[in-house]
Amino acid sequence: MIINHPLLGPRDLSEFVYLGDACLLNRPDWQADDALDQFIDYGHTRDNPAGLHRELWYHEQGDRSWLVVTRNTVTHEITSVELARNVARAEGRSK
Amino acid sequence: MRYSGFRVIKEALTGHRGWGPAWRDPDPQPEYDYVIIGGGGHGLATAYYLAKEYKQSRIAVLEKGWIGGGNVGRNTTIVRSNYMLDGNEPFYEFSLKLWETLEQDLNYNAMMSQRGIINLMHSDAQRDAYIRRGNAMILNGADAQLLDQKQVLEKYPFLNVKNARFPVMGGLLQARAGTARHDAVAWGYARAADQRGVDIIQNCEVTGFRIDGGKILGVETSRGYIGAKKVGSCVAGSSSKVMAYAGMRLPIESHVLQAFVSEGLKPVLPGVITFGAGHFYVSQSDKGGLVFGGNIDGYNSYASRGNLPMVEDVMEEAIAMFPMLGRARLLRSWGGIMDMSMDGTPIIDKTHIDGLYFNGGWCYGGFKATPASGLVYAHLLATDTPHDTATAFRLDRFHTGHMVDEKGMGNQPNLH
Repeated sequence: MIINHPLLGPRDLSEFVYLGDACLLNRPDWQADDALDQFIDYGHTRDNPAGLHRELWYHEQGDRSWLVVTRNTVTHEITSVELARNVARAEGRSK
Repeated sequence: MRYSGFRVIKEALTGHRGWGPAWRDPDPQPEYDYVIIGGGGHGLATAYYLAKEYKQSRIAVLEKGWIGGGNVGRNTTIVRSNYMLDGNEPFYEFSLKLWETLEQDLNYNAMMSQRGIINLMHSDAQRDAYIRRGNAMILNGADAQLLDQKQVLEKYPFLNVKNARFPVMGGLLQARAGTARHDAVAWGYARAADQRGVDIIQNCEVTGFRIDGGKILGVETSRGYIGAKKVGSCVAGSSSKVMAYAGMRLPIESHVLQAFVSEGLKPVLPGVITFGAGHFYVSQSDKGGLVFGGNIDGYNSYASRGNLPMVEDVMEEAIAMFPMLGRARLLRSWGGIMDMSMDGTPIIDKTHIDGLYFNGGWCYGGFKATPASGLVYAHLLATDTPHDTATAFRLDRFHTGHMVDEKGMGNQPNLH
């Protein structure tokens, strides 16, 4: 598998570390009334789809950037690679 | 028909005209008491024990392909009970005891071979950890024996014990562990279940559940609707897909695990060895091929094939421990899809839907658990209470904080 890094170009799978579903970017609000349930869900339950999956990869053996990779879990085909910080900012985080 | 040595001789003398199919190929009935989804080792074992131990009837096993075509047909066949935690070890030891009498019970040759497993150790800290685990095993009625470097060398003189980075200081031996012929386990359970009236329905994919008022009514399948009083899902690898039909999200990620077989060699490896500093396990099949594997690739996948970095990693571990393998050629490799749970431990429990049960999250340790998984799942389905050895495998343990994290990795499935 080759991940096409938005800044560095195509890089080999072995340079990256996998974290999991990109829903991990959206940490629940700790002050919400149901914060406990939300955090249990955030920490443990996953959609785990067979098909397109948005997921977090860390370029550990490279520029140490976090990436949001959209990949098909059935074919391993990667359709989009974004910098996680851009994704988070676009969603209104880290002003 | 009972299989026996006399039968083999009789058939040999009469032109092998008396052998029949080992199980029927029935069409689905409109309704069953129990529908088991998934005709792998665990599903077939569940049906068998439901019929035999719990005297239930009207049982069907639905399999989307052919039985034994999933993970029970693509594992590295190791059978052991060398776990540590209270939630795990009694269950796996119960399983190993069932393995020891499995062939007589099923009247089927599963080529169960208790050839022993050695976990190699490479540091003082690891020796401490192995002593602790060995003691936990003995306390739970299993067998464990600590070997020093000399004793390991007596068994396996070809090991590179003087590896500069990971010297072999000794190992933890479980002599009763070993290997079994994986396909024969599926076939043996299928035949024995069929003889007790279980309908094994192949090429029958479940495409949905019919649920009314929080109660299960039956399953929609590619061969039509089948009514059921109780439905048990048993489809590790695809659990998230199947349970999503019931609107459930699970504490599970699907990952790919690769395994490898070398060309056939003369007998060189009498037992099972695992490398303690990485993740590598190897045994030799009766056909002569070395069967080995390592870690999961580490990313979500349903592709049944992996990538090259893990292949390289596994080969490096092999050569580091067994320099003699340097000239053996790799014959083939394959991948299987694992239910990786959030704490590395399986789930066998009821769901919030009345009459719908779940068995999954086996990570890459499901094969050794086949008999016990079937028996305790049958217990749960028949009595609605968990079996004594499987009380820790609850679905809600992530909410209550009672995780069973054998490896101490936390909620990161690709590290278990």
